[in-house]
Amino acid sequence: MSTTVTTHRPRPTAQPTTLRARRLPRYAAPLIALAALLVAAGIVYGTGIGGPVLVVVVAALLYLAGLFAAANAVEGRRAARNRTWSALIHSAFVLAVLPLASVVWTLVSKGVERLDGNFFGTSMNNIGARDPNGGAYHAIVGTLEQVGIATLITVPLGILCAIYVVEYGRGRFSFAIRFFVDVMTGIPSIVSGLFVLAFWVLIVSPMVNDGRPGFSGFAAALALSVLMLPTVVRSTEEMLRLVPAPLREGAYALGVPKWKTILRVVLPTALPGIVTGVMLAIARAAGETAPVLLVAGGGAAINVNPFENNQSSLALFVYQQAGDASKYSPARAWTAALTLVALVLVLTIAAKLLARRNRLGR
Amino acid sequence: MAKRIEATNVSAYYGGFKAIENITLTVEPKTVTALIGPSGCGKSTFLRSINRMHEVLPGARVEGNLTIDNQDIYDRDVDVTAVRRMIGMVFQRPNPFPTMSIFENVVAGLRLNGVKKKSILEEAAERALRSANLWDEVKDRLGKPGAGLSGGQQQRLCIARTIAVEPQVVLMDEPCSALDPISTLAIEDLMFQLKDQFTIVIVTHNMQQAARVSDRTAFFSIEKTGDPGRLIEYDNTQKIFSNPSVKKTEDYITGRFG
Repeated sequence: MSTTVTTHRPRPTAQPTTLRARRLPRYAAPLIALAALLVAAGIVYGTGIGGPVLVVVVAALLYLAGLFAAANAVEGRRAARNRTWSALIHSAFVLAVLPLASVVWTLVSKGVERLDGNFFGTSMNNIGARDPNGGAYHAIVGTLEQVGIATLITVPLGILCAIYVVEYGRGRFSFAIRFFVDVMTGIPSIVSGLFVLAFWVLIVSPMVNDGRPGFSGFAAALALSVLMLPTVVRSTEEMLRLVPAPLREGAYALGVPKWKTILRVVLPTALPGIVTGVMLAIARAAGETAPVLLVAGGGAAINVNPFENNQSSLALFVYQQAGDASKYSPARAWTAALTLVALVLVLTIAAKLLARRNRLGR
Repeated sequence: MAKRIEATNVSAYYGGFKAIENITLTVEPKTVTALIGPSGCGKSTFLRSINRMHEVLPGARVEGNLTIDNQDIYDRDVDVTAVRRMIGMVFQRPNPFPTMSIFENVVAGLRLNGVKKKSILEEAAERALRSANLWDEVKDRLGKPGAGLSGGQQQRLCIARTIAVEPQVVLMDEPCSALDPISTLAIEDLMFQLKDQFTIVIVTHNMQQAARVSDRTAFFSIEKTGDPGRLIEYDNTQKIFSNPSVKKTEDYITGRFG
């Protein structure tokens, strides 16, 4: 305190007399947790109203209540609230991770059965209901080609669109673009599939195809593009807006033209974020079933040409195998699902590494 | 190399708001001219109109006449990028490009304007870094990111980046306001050296700095918030700080207002 204090009568203040406060001992929290678990088990099994899941739920509630009571008694109200909220936030994290862990575990445990060379080397062509073989080669090819083409269409278009909106767009037109991109975000995948079916498969491609409807992997790629575009535009837009204005001004002040500033300063700075957005879009597209079913038709045979004839995809393969009557098909569906997740994961990691490599190492 | 800047009746607007009104002054070549004045008086706006950075903001425009060696900066046929290459700018906060190394930062202006030859770039980088008194500190880590330097080093990197394109005029918008006294001193020393080659215009809130580094000083002020900034007095620095002819200038430099 300052030395110029002249009044000697202590005024009532919020100043504490000491900096130390009573704390719950370190072992208190685990002890309360253990007690809560025992009490919960006693209640649940004693009354016979449920199983282990209910025990955990009741134990969690009891733990929160017990922790609050104990902390309130020893440490005071603020510390008690702090402890309770921390515990709640940690529980929320656990709750959020549980489904993820469950999905991963289910996929791996059930998918491992058919995780063999045969699965990755063969298609479903001529595989009967009693045949335990058969694989997803054709579906993997389909997914890679369709998503690849869709990415080739969407990424340049989406990034250019975002650049226009952020860097050049003024007034109504730019507002309209943003509005319709938002609207596009909400389009159900089946609608985008129907759009491509009506527009491309049944109207445009018959013109060059002797009047036959043009089901193809490319049509699926178009439908996926419609789904990916708003994600790419929106995320790129957000990332470009995050690039600080002084960086642009720094480049302008060197006499660098605007387009070059965008290309060489703004885009590289925003690249890691843009890559994340693109990967989200790819992940979404790779998991789409309905549009592929509508406009590529699926198919059991290997077709590496995305511009002609039916093609399958991993998501569609999962859908078809899961609904198949053969006793061997569920295993194939699980393995295909596992493959799909692994594929997206590998692509994401690869893209992140590439984006990072582009930045400078410290 | 260095050129004379003449401003005649320059006014600048942000949309409907008039930020500066009828500024008329001449910046002599190879001098340091300081712009001082209270916050919001339009020093930075005036500075930014000199290299046409003011118009980067939406709705911002400039009226009046600004010339560099009798060429109109705001002529319709003028290429903005040419103006900015001739009149470089250093900003308040150091803004090295985060994705580029120290070397790439220094030669960014050259490289992004089409210079590709490595020997030219390397030579220019060394020359600019030496001029900015940064060469000895960074010569062993030119490939490291520019953002990894200290604040003062970053600012000198930005100065090096600016002078690497060999402009005629260097504008500095409070270049030391984010820096510690030692880095500030380094940059002030640098200004002394640079005025042999360049015309320098510096905006500063630090009057000691203006008195130390500048040959001429322009005092800007506003009547009240919302009014446009005006040029109150423009004279030799020594005159302004010892015997200003306007009462308001005296009040400001003695700290009685502002």
